[in-house]
Amino acid sequence: MNESLIYKERILELYKDPLNFGSLKNKTNAADEENTLCGDKIKMELKVEKGIIKDIKFSGVGCAISIASASLLTEKVKGKNVAKVKKINDKYIAKMMNINLSTSRIKCATLPLFVLKKAIDSRLK
Amino acid sequence: MKTNSSAAYRIKKDFPIFKNNKNLIYLDSASTSQRPKIVIDAVTYFQEHENANVNRGIYTLSEKATDNFNKARETIAKFINASPGEIIITKNTTESINLLAYTIKSLIKKGKNEIVLTEMEHHSNLVPWQEFARKNKLKLKFIEVKDDFTLDYHQAKKIIGHKTALVALTHASNVLGTVNDIKKIISYAKKHSALTVIDAAQSITHLPINVKKIDCDFLAFSSHKIFGPTGVGILYGKYSLLKKLTPFQYGGGMIKKVTKTHATWTNPPEKFEAGTINAAEVIGLAKAIEWLKKANNNEIKLYQKNLLNYTLNELKKIKGVKLFHPSRGPAIGVISFTIDGIHPHDVASVIDNYGIALRAGHHCAMPLMEKLKTPGTIRISLSLYNTKEDINKLIIAINKTKEVFKIK
Repeated sequence: MNESLIYKERILELYKDPLNFGSLKNKTNAADEENTLCGDKIKMELKVEKGIIKDIKFSGVGCAISIASASLLTEKVKGKNVAKVKKINDKYIAKMMNINLSTSRIKCATLPLFVLKKAIDSRLK
Repeated sequence: MKTNSSAAYRIKKDFPIFKNNKNLIYLDSASTSQRPKIVIDAVTYFQEHENANVNRGIYTLSEKATDNFNKARETIAKFINASPGEIIITKNTTESINLLAYTIKSLIKKGKNEIVLTEMEHHSNLVPWQEFARKNKLKLKFIEVKDDFTLDYHQAKKIIGHKTALVALTHASNVLGTVNDIKKIISYAKKHSALTVIDAAQSITHLPINVKKIDCDFLAFSSHKIFGPTGVGILYGKYSLLKKLTPFQYGGGMIKKVTKTHATWTNPPEKFEAGTINAAEVIGLAKAIEWLKKANNNEIKLYQKNLLNYTLNELKKIKGVKLFHPSRGPAIGVISFTIDGIHPHDVASVIDNYGIALRAGHHCAMPLMEKLKTPGTIRISLSLYNTKEDINKLIIAINKTKEVFKIK
């Protein structure tokens, strides 16, 4: 049975113990979005200074794929330039996840990316 | 389980999809049912032997098509104890309800500015009324769902009053399986001369529907949930009301006379059937109803009852499973559940590896999910082709899912 192929150890670990989970005290940007198809809700809070993501945290409720994706993505973009981060596409996410994603689950994996980009464009006053 | 599965296996043989997908365990009939060969063949037969536009031609082929189409409408009407003139063909339940939302203003008396719905409505029996209320400045009120997953009838009696223009509710919940006492609610509505709309999308397949007994003003269901083809929905309405309603769509088929500037309408039901209808598929629906009448005998009805109880009992044995299904009172074979610590979407994905098809998510009932305090559930829906063996495999798959996620 290949039921665990999609749920490799890594994904399950990140689901149980996500990276960068929580809220950010000195956030400068924030956004959230829902994948209404299955009930994933991801919120991203960023601290952006001079175009660099100094710190980032995510919160919310979601399936293993979306939580694992948010963990990996937030880890990857720390210290990176927002212009570069905005160029990240779905292919990158698929590679980052490194598992077999069906069409219905790709939306779960790319939700955090969508929220991240939305947050970059949503500077708080 | 007391009854044996042979009746269900006999029925399963009528469905080609199981021959073509040997490992398929289909537990999502609440979303769409499978099609018996006799229905698929009826649609094909019409297209190969009798296809012509209905009500349009004088030649033999068209008359044959029209005859068979009319016979199909009669079969559908008889199934719910209505007359053929009260059966409007739409494309699905959602369109049926939208049709009402677009036309029912003409029936609403002055001083009536409230619509009563329930917290367990499917979006298709909620959103059209939201828009209707917004356009016409009406207020929406909701009959609450209690902790035991049944409606609060006391509260219903309180909120249905002289201001109520319309009460719209589902006969059976597509999330919880709860069968609502629609007769009771309709009696409250009648006391205050409110119109009643019943969403029978789920109940049409599992419960006997007699519109004269129920005495609702309108009732809607879909062909594809009752083993018929997609693309056809039914709206039943009391003839006297249909005569008063303004048309829904305009054009060919619903007119009596047309000049350059003016048109008059024909009678119901054609008044609401503009354009060419899915005649082949309507005939398919009639075939599905005929098939169901024969197939759904007492043996199968008892089996289905036992199968539902068996499913509930087996699920209750699993630690961490939370059921969303009434423990008492009438219910259809629709069960929602969650597993502690695992997101419904993940459960469905793992279970899919075992060939089991079930639904995970909000089931087009987001307000209900909010009430239940869960972002989504996993839903099992049982139909005539499901067996005890299907459920046994499901239980194994659920336990495996817990293993994968390292949940005890």
